[in-house]
Amino acid sequence: MTRAAIITRVLKPVLYLAAILPFAWLLFALLTGLVMGDEVKFMQHVTGDTALSCLMLTLAVTPLRRLTGWNEIIKVRRLIGLTAFWYACLHLSTYLVFDQSLSVDEILRDIVKHPWVLVGFTAFLCLVPLAVTSTTGWVRRLGGKRWQRLHRLVYVAAIAGVLHYFWLVKKDVTFPLAYGSVLLILLASRIWWSRDKARAKRAPRKTAAPEPSEGLALNEAERP
Amino acid sequence: MLIRRPSDLPASEITDQSLFWNRRDFLKAAGLGAAAVGGLLPSMNLLSRRSDEDKLTPWEDVTGYNNYYEFGTGKDDPARQAGGLRTKPWKVDIAGEVKRPAVYDLGDLLKPFTPVERVYRMRCVEGWSMVIPWLGIPLGGIIDRLEPTSKAKYVEFTTLLDPQQMPGQQRGVLEWPYVEALRMDEARHPLTLMVTGVYGKPLPNQNGAPLRLIVPWKYGFKGGKSIVKIRFRETQPQTTWNIAAPDEYGFFANVNPEVDHPRWSQSRERRIGQLFKRKTLMFNGYGDQVASLYAGMDLRKNF
Repeated sequence: MTRAAIITRVLKPVLYLAAILPFAWLLFALLTGLVMGDEVKFMQHVTGDTALSCLMLTLAVTPLRRLTGWNEIIKVRRLIGLTAFWYACLHLSTYLVFDQSLSVDEILRDIVKHPWVLVGFTAFLCLVPLAVTSTTGWVRRLGGKRWQRLHRLVYVAAIAGVLHYFWLVKKDVTFPLAYGSVLLILLASRIWWSRDKARAKRAPRKTAAPEPSEGLALNEAERP
Repeated sequence: MLIRRPSDLPASEITDQSLFWNRRDFLKAAGLGAAAVGGLLPSMNLLSRRSDEDKLTPWEDVTGYNNYYEFGTGKDDPARQAGGLRTKPWKVDIAGEVKRPAVYDLGDLLKPFTPVERVYRMRCVEGWSMVIPWLGIPLGGIIDRLEPTSKAKYVEFTTLLDPQQMPGQQRGVLEWPYVEALRMDEARHPLTLMVTGVYGKPLPNQNGAPLRLIVPWKYGFKGGKSIVKIRFRETQPQTTWNIAAPDEYGFFANVNPEVDHPRWSQSRERRIGQLFKRKTLMFNGYGDQVASLYAGMDLRKNF
């Protein structure tokens, strides 16, 4: 099997299954009465955790590509990103419906008064245009460069997502800190690489091959 | 064949029967697919219509969903990790401004009293609540017997410090041991209970066995668990959550829908087992009995 075939025949189906797994577990646990205590909290934790993990995974694709040189892996990024969005939608819905009973008044008051709600909402709003423009058509319409610039919103979403988690826990910040550390490494790797690239530009070596930008790489990958 | 008479059934089973409106059962009945979307809509109606009622929270939730950081910060950690705690023998150190300071065996301390059953609402500072049938002894009676001196203005309750038995104490999430305290008039209030049991049974370890405090008009964290020391003091004691975050957890910690936690609202709460939140009541609904304790006090300042 070629590397491309591994992705379409193995990696993608596995990821599809993995994407459904948290939702399946959520339903199973709720319907069989496995959940002790606050079931809505449980829904919010499962969906929030999954959304945040998927965001970290999408941000891990580029560093992984650079480390391994396995450029085709970018083909799975849209799937992971949309999974993050789907769980973020579920997460937000449980809050809107069960916590606030869809009362616009209450929701607005809560967003204004409580920083972690505002930050979480910001993270969600950042993801909306990314999900909308995730199709190949939109990549073409926007053009690689502009598409790429827009999709830098994912950094804001990820930072806001981690902050949201950090802010809402009562005392034990172990998990938020873990997410924060992973995010820090992922962001730091980008800074490190972009500095590297800048240095290479200043002193071009004959052997240095021009590195494709992220947007171009995606264009390449998404072309049917 | 022996046929069990209804009186042979444990109280917990009877309660479960009456809780058939519990969302969990509804979801089970609604079936997998339907419950996901369509199932929630009818339940919305049912639950909102009945949401003001106070029904006993099932035994499984009362004993399976706990905040007891000495056994871990997860809600299910206490139920999993508290089993090994040795609660017999248990000594309670009565100290400070009291005529007869001594280390008592728990049995001796409580011998003169008969436990009573009290069904109380329990409101957690995190925004959820339960209704729990406690078994306990009004603290006022115990205090009278111990004869505090005229200097005793506060009562301080200290939880066991034993990182071997309480693995959560191996982490510095909070300052250990856990300390809580009440003003003397709060401690003597007839609603204040030293709890030894729940649902007609001895208190499970995860609920604070063998001796814990319950002050139903305050947030749950005021109720120290596995108490080894009761100290009468002239000055206001430093309490654990107040030390950890003084702007978030006050000394009084009376349930108050008008004073928000800095990071979340306290105006509503989720009754465990229900999907939708309900309004939080001032003093957790015990205002008629306790509001006079705080007459003239600014409850926004003294939160």
